[in-house]
Amino acid sequence: MNLIPGLIGIAAIAAYSYLFLHAESQGAVLGLVALAAVGVPILGRFGWIGQASRSLENNQAAGRVVIAVALAALVWLFREENFAMLMVASVLFYTVACLGLTVQFGYAGVVNFAGAAFLGVGGYTSAMLAPHLPHVLVLAIGGLLAALVGSILILPILRTRGHYAALITVAFGILFRQFVEVNDALGGPQGLQVKGMSLFGWDLNSPIGEFSFYTNYVVAGLALTALAFILVRRLERSWVGLNLDAVRLDETACAVFGIDVARWKILAFTFGNFFAGVAGAAYAMMTGFVAPNSFTFADSLIMVSIILLGGLGNAWGVALAAAIMLVLPEKLQALQEYRFLLYAVLVIVILMARPQGLIPRRSREYFS
Amino acid sequence: MILKCAGLTVRFGGLVALDRLDLVLAQGEILGLIGPNGSGKTTFFNALTGLYRAAGSAAFMEHELTAMKPQRIYGAGITRTFQRSRLALPLSVFDNIMIGNHRLLHHGLWFNLFRRNALRAELQANIEKARALVATFSKPLVERLFDPVAGLSMIDRRRIEICRALVSEPRLLLLDEPSAGMTHEETRELMDDILLVRERLAGLSIVIIEHEMNVIERVSSRCAVLNYGRKIAEGSYAEVSASREVQTAYLGTD
Repeated sequence: MNLIPGLIGIAAIAAYSYLFLHAESQGAVLGLVALAAVGVPILGRFGWIGQASRSLENNQAAGRVVIAVALAALVWLFREENFAMLMVASVLFYTVACLGLTVQFGYAGVVNFAGAAFLGVGGYTSAMLAPHLPHVLVLAIGGLLAALVGSILILPILRTRGHYAALITVAFGILFRQFVEVNDALGGPQGLQVKGMSLFGWDLNSPIGEFSFYTNYVVAGLALTALAFILVRRLERSWVGLNLDAVRLDETACAVFGIDVARWKILAFTFGNFFAGVAGAAYAMMTGFVAPNSFTFADSLIMVSIILLGGLGNAWGVALAAAIMLVLPEKLQALQEYRFLLYAVLVIVILMARPQGLIPRRSREYFS
Repeated sequence: MILKCAGLTVRFGGLVALDRLDLVLAQGEILGLIGPNGSGKTTFFNALTGLYRAAGSAAFMEHELTAMKPQRIYGAGITRTFQRSRLALPLSVFDNIMIGNHRLLHHGLWFNLFRRNALRAELQANIEKARALVATFSKPLVERLFDPVAGLSMIDRRRIEICRALVSEPRLLLLDEPSAGMTHEETRELMDDILLVRERLAGLSIVIIEHEMNVIERVSSRCAVLNYGRKIAEGSYAEVSASREVQTAYLGTD
């Protein structure tokens, strides 16, 4: 069917992202924020956003190509700019971690306020193991260790519900930070240096030509995000995804129809922590160091905010919200401490206008 | 004999919600369970499905239900509906019915993530199955198989709940007030549809809790009456409705 509206939509998003990443002055940044705040509701009112997204859904294969081309063009345009590429790569790694949180909270209803701690487990794994093992393996071990550390929490989480389960994860997040801070083998408050990533002989820290070396991490981040995306989407559109939804919505009905609530909560929690661990391991190799202060409760809150802002359970929403939550405060640097105020107000306003998040999840379509 | 309860008792602290209930159910039989509010009817269902711990015995075929978890009781072939609908409202009609089909689906992580062609085949077969089942109850509802349940009317939700209970082809179906919130006409239609499905599922036994006496009179071959957790009468509808004790339980004494 007609691909044109989808094409225009992607082009518009790409152009906006270009302008936003490019904007230097505060005036330009605030102007762009205002443009989106006014423009998006107007486009929505005319039904153009719906038209564009339907057009992409009806042409999935072509849509994927268009999105890939738009991403490649953006990366190409910013290939020499350290700051923009660092931002994009951070968004990508956070997207992977938050996709994990989406499986936990969005699907199975297991809220996790210790997301940053699981990122941290991955990060510290990188710090310890990157000098000794191939880095693909380090990423996998980072994920597995995060899943393993998470299993400490499984019993208390299964025995509690709702706010009480949330409180357990809050406590764990704080505990993790204290633990690494007082542990000298893990560098104490100063943290540890992390070796740059090198995949199959490709050293990501040595720039290609005039490119920023962060461009390498963007490419690796894109590959990782694509993989995480495919896995999460497949999980959602399967009987497992249905079981997770059922567990979130009604545990009594689950029991009566043979659904083992504990089994699926454990699966979702482990699966999600694995993603956070892998993302944390990759992120640490990019930034080159880990310290307790990078894994605070506030960082966990940002991760939960990302999945709520994006639209709970929607993978595309996670990517969009990660971009907003991470790039916006950096772009508002000149406002200094007031930037967090503005940013918080913006998040509140978005959620007031769209309580279901930016892109609410739709009902499951399995294969479509 | 498919179900045999002997001395089945449920206590909540000092309150005896179900008091030494003896009850048998033959294969293929439809038993009506009646009694005033709070007489222990739903408690009986909750005990049979493992949601409440019960003392005494409830033998279902070769299983002893009082010692089993709800998940295993479902696996043995008992399903139910709830008095107040417990559907997953944001999920589609199909998803809700498939929750009831859990026993017959593959749930391995590897299968679901990586054997997509096999999953697709299983999915197709189950869409056909759900379609056929829903069509028995309502033709227009088939067209809305992938719509969220939240947007459907009360009677459609009731139908979906019954489909969810029937899709795994149980041996015993427990219906908890299927007529609640529906008109006489809708209830009659729903009962006809249930009887239709029952003819296809050879040997399905049903226990139905109902306040609509004409429903009980029409569908059940035998009735049991509960009051304050105890069985006060049992027999054909004509017999129990003539019983002095039953009339007292419902209307009080003068």
